[in-house]
Amino acid sequence: MSGVELNFNIILNAFPLLLQGAGITIQITAMSVGFGLLIGMLVGVARLSDMKIVKYLANLYVDFIRGTPLLVQIFLVYFALPLLTGSRIDPFLAAIAACSINSGAYIAEIFRAGIQSIDKGQMEAGRSLGLSWFQTMRYVIMPQAFKRIIPPLGNEFIAMLKDSSLVSVIGFEELTRRGQLIIARTYASFEIWLAVAFIYLIMTFTISRFVAYLERRYQTK
Amino acid sequence: MIKIANLCKSFGSLEVLNGINLEIAEREVVVIIGPSGSGKSTILRCINYLEEPTSGTISVGGIALSGESNINVIRREVGMVFQRFNLFPHMTVLDNLMLAPQKVRNLPKEEARTVALALLEKVGLADKAGAYPDQLSGGQQQRVAIARALAMKPKALLFDEPTSALDPEMIKEVLDVMKALAQEGMTMVVVTHEMGFAREVGDRVVFVDGGRIVEEGDPEEIFSNAKEERTRSFLSKIL
Repeated sequence: MSGVELNFNIILNAFPLLLQGAGITIQITAMSVGFGLLIGMLVGVARLSDMKIVKYLANLYVDFIRGTPLLVQIFLVYFALPLLTGSRIDPFLAAIAACSINSGAYIAEIFRAGIQSIDKGQMEAGRSLGLSWFQTMRYVIMPQAFKRIIPPLGNEFIAMLKDSSLVSVIGFEELTRRGQLIIARTYASFEIWLAVAFIYLIMTFTISRFVAYLERRYQTK
Repeated sequence: MIKIANLCKSFGSLEVLNGINLEIAEREVVVIIGPSGSGKSTILRCINYLEEPTSGTISVGGIALSGESNINVIRREVGMVFQRFNLFPHMTVLDNLMLAPQKVRNLPKEEARTVALALLEKVGLADKAGAYPDQLSGGQQQRVAIARALAMKPKALLFDEPTSALDPEMIKEVLDVMKALAQEGMTMVVVTHEMGFAREVGDRVVFVDGGRIVEEGDPEEIFSNAKEERTRSFLSKIL
């Protein structure tokens, strides 16, 4: 019990374990945003569909996910799914599933806004040349929309990276959970949380620099 | 070539077209004139189904337009040139011309390139093949847009106020391209405010007001000796 004095040795000793946790955090974030991109592209386009039922289901999904906390969604997936399937669900799977489903809803909104920001004349020009709706989306609208959604997608990635700390509640050992476990052994709460925060900061800062670079690169055309 | 019978179009409670009957023969150049809001652009947009007609029938080259099912067939045969060009800004000029022939007509890439380069030559922009649309002037962009429409080898071309978004000194270069097309025998329907073009190139002038065709006939006849009072008062304001 040493008051507010920082014990750097504890941080140093804990660092390899924390970095491992950070690797897992990046992994879960990348996978979730990756699946989220697939879900988001489909749902984002579905929200703009002329088909009422498709649009309605897409809206329902986005509203539900955006209107409920990620923490609750994680619990729902982790505790409710086993009741339906009858078998225990792996924390890794549950974490990826919950985060992907969550990310998908936010990314759907990013795609919808990106697509809607493209001039209506582009779709008309594509269609009047005989391209199908899908072809026009693929070759004309999406490539233009993609450039515009790079910044919000970067933000979503950063948000997901931070929010992924919530999956520690189901015992999945990413960065935050690693920190908790080390504290349980060492009682060095302040040092470890400081180190954890620092690692998160390094990761988010790196990503935001990278996104800024992408933005500059794609703006030249 | 194009047959429009009893075409009506409403947007909600607003009636824009009110029983349009119009036949356009092969190799004919029909110029549609009329005040803004008269429905002249809507006629064009209905011909290739960018707007869905409320009622009436349209057929192109003997194929009746019947909703989504055959709309792509019609659109392949009818090119459209827009007021605001609508080039694809993320593609080079050449790629703008090559996209549809490859994806819709399944033309091999090399063939599509040959066709595209020949068309750029024709509109006087062979040296701009590698440029992006925003590096071109408005007049150049519109000429590329015409070439892009031609790349699909359409049977007819629709022009929706092709020079209205252009600076005055660029209008001529676009009209010259259109004139050359007319002389080659392209079937054209042109919505425009360029009365000089209508007079010189048009085989027939159609005056539209309030969603109806008020009068149609030989350009000289209409311009110098219109029968309807509405036509005369419109022309007196713009000539």
